[in-house]
Amino acid sequence: MSESALLRARGVTRWYGRGSALVRAVDEVDLEVPAGQTVAVMGPSGCGKSTLLHLLGGLQRPTDGEIWLAGHRIDTMSERALARMRRQHIGFVFQSFHLMDELTAVENVELAALLAGQSPRRARRRALDLLDRVGLADRATHLPSALSGGQRQRVAIARALSNEPLIVLADEPTGNLDSAATLEVLRLFEELRTAGQTLVVVTHDARIAAIADRMISMRDGAFADDSRFAGAGNGSAAGTGTIYGGWR
Amino acid sequence: MLAMLAKEPAYGYELRSRIRAALGPLGEAMNAGQVYVTLARLAKAGLVTSQRTEGLPDRPDRRVYALTPAGQQRVAAWLTEVSWPKPDLGEFHLKLVAAAAGRLADPVALVDAQRRELLRRLREAQRAALDRSVDPVAGLLLEGVVLRLRADLEWLEACERAWTERGRIQRKAKP
Repeated sequence: MSESALLRARGVTRWYGRGSALVRAVDEVDLEVPAGQTVAVMGPSGCGKSTLLHLLGGLQRPTDGEIWLAGHRIDTMSERALARMRRQHIGFVFQSFHLMDELTAVENVELAALLAGQSPRRARRRALDLLDRVGLADRATHLPSALSGGQRQRVAIARALSNEPLIVLADEPTGNLDSAATLEVLRLFEELRTAGQTLVVVTHDARIAAIADRMISMRDGAFADDSRFAGAGNGSAAGTGTIYGGWR
Repeated sequence: MLAMLAKEPAYGYELRSRIRAALGPLGEAMNAGQVYVTLARLAKAGLVTSQRTEGLPDRPDRRVYALTPAGQQRVAAWLTEVSWPKPDLGEFHLKLVAAAAGRLADPVALVDAQRRELLRRLREAQRAALDRSVDPVAGLLLEGVVLRLRADLEWLEACERAWTERGRIQRKAKP
């Protein structure tokens, strides 16, 4: 097992139920994510990909196996230490955004930093920077209800980044978005990827998988396919003919 | 047609019904004449051999067709090739059917390989589409390419579900 992996999972298993109703949602999964890698985990609904993400982020504990983040074993950590780990080092992005309706965009983004003990002034400055980075500087004082779905998800991504997490874990981040909003989120993930942010995205949206460095297919709780894409694309618009040969 | 012979040798009419079974309503268009003409060409190309068998008293002599080693190689190469030159769903579907029937390859593995290839193309098209400097008109073509590829990928997902399920049933049937 390489030492350089930021996130390592070994034999990770999660069961639900018991006896004949036993479901192996995640079945002996091994995974190593080096720092800076963007990984997309795809698979049909019910294949265990969301459960896997929850296990990797310490939101649920595995039935068996080990999970290490930045050299710390998190599956056996105390609840309190795990909560601190999540607050400080892991950024979460969910399908349904999970923003606080009563708080403005900037307040949502700075909340995590405030909870982690940063000074209000510093937290605010960082939150404004992040909103600028996701293209929402002019929406900072809007309530979520005044924002579109794509804008809300971008606020949620800014929030996930507020503590400079070691890793961002996203669960179907485009699941509730129309195609224009999906494009905004894709652009943002592509920028994060280029900036070297480590990112694990669980999705059934092939467009997300297409910006990843690595794509894992999951079936019945296990990895069925694991492919790495060589080299980062250069974004050139040339060569469309080879991309979809017969469609002219 | 070669792939349909890979499972076991067959008479021409058997071959025709295999193809029809694999293609469903789309296979109805193929007539017996086409099957025999194609078999003759394949034999000429050295991919197929045939042997005359004793006909029943009321039937003429019949030929059983089988793959030559070259024919087998050709089928194996065809199965693993991932090009998607035009959106030819029928051909890919036949690959899956032939692979499963002749136990030539795991259909789900063929789906995986194809998906890798389509994702690679989607990745290129999307990287290009996300580039803000792309001219809007050129962007339109890219959007079309992305939409086509997404539709193909969705269909591959359906293939994956169906063939995974079949595999599971077959494993259960003979433990």
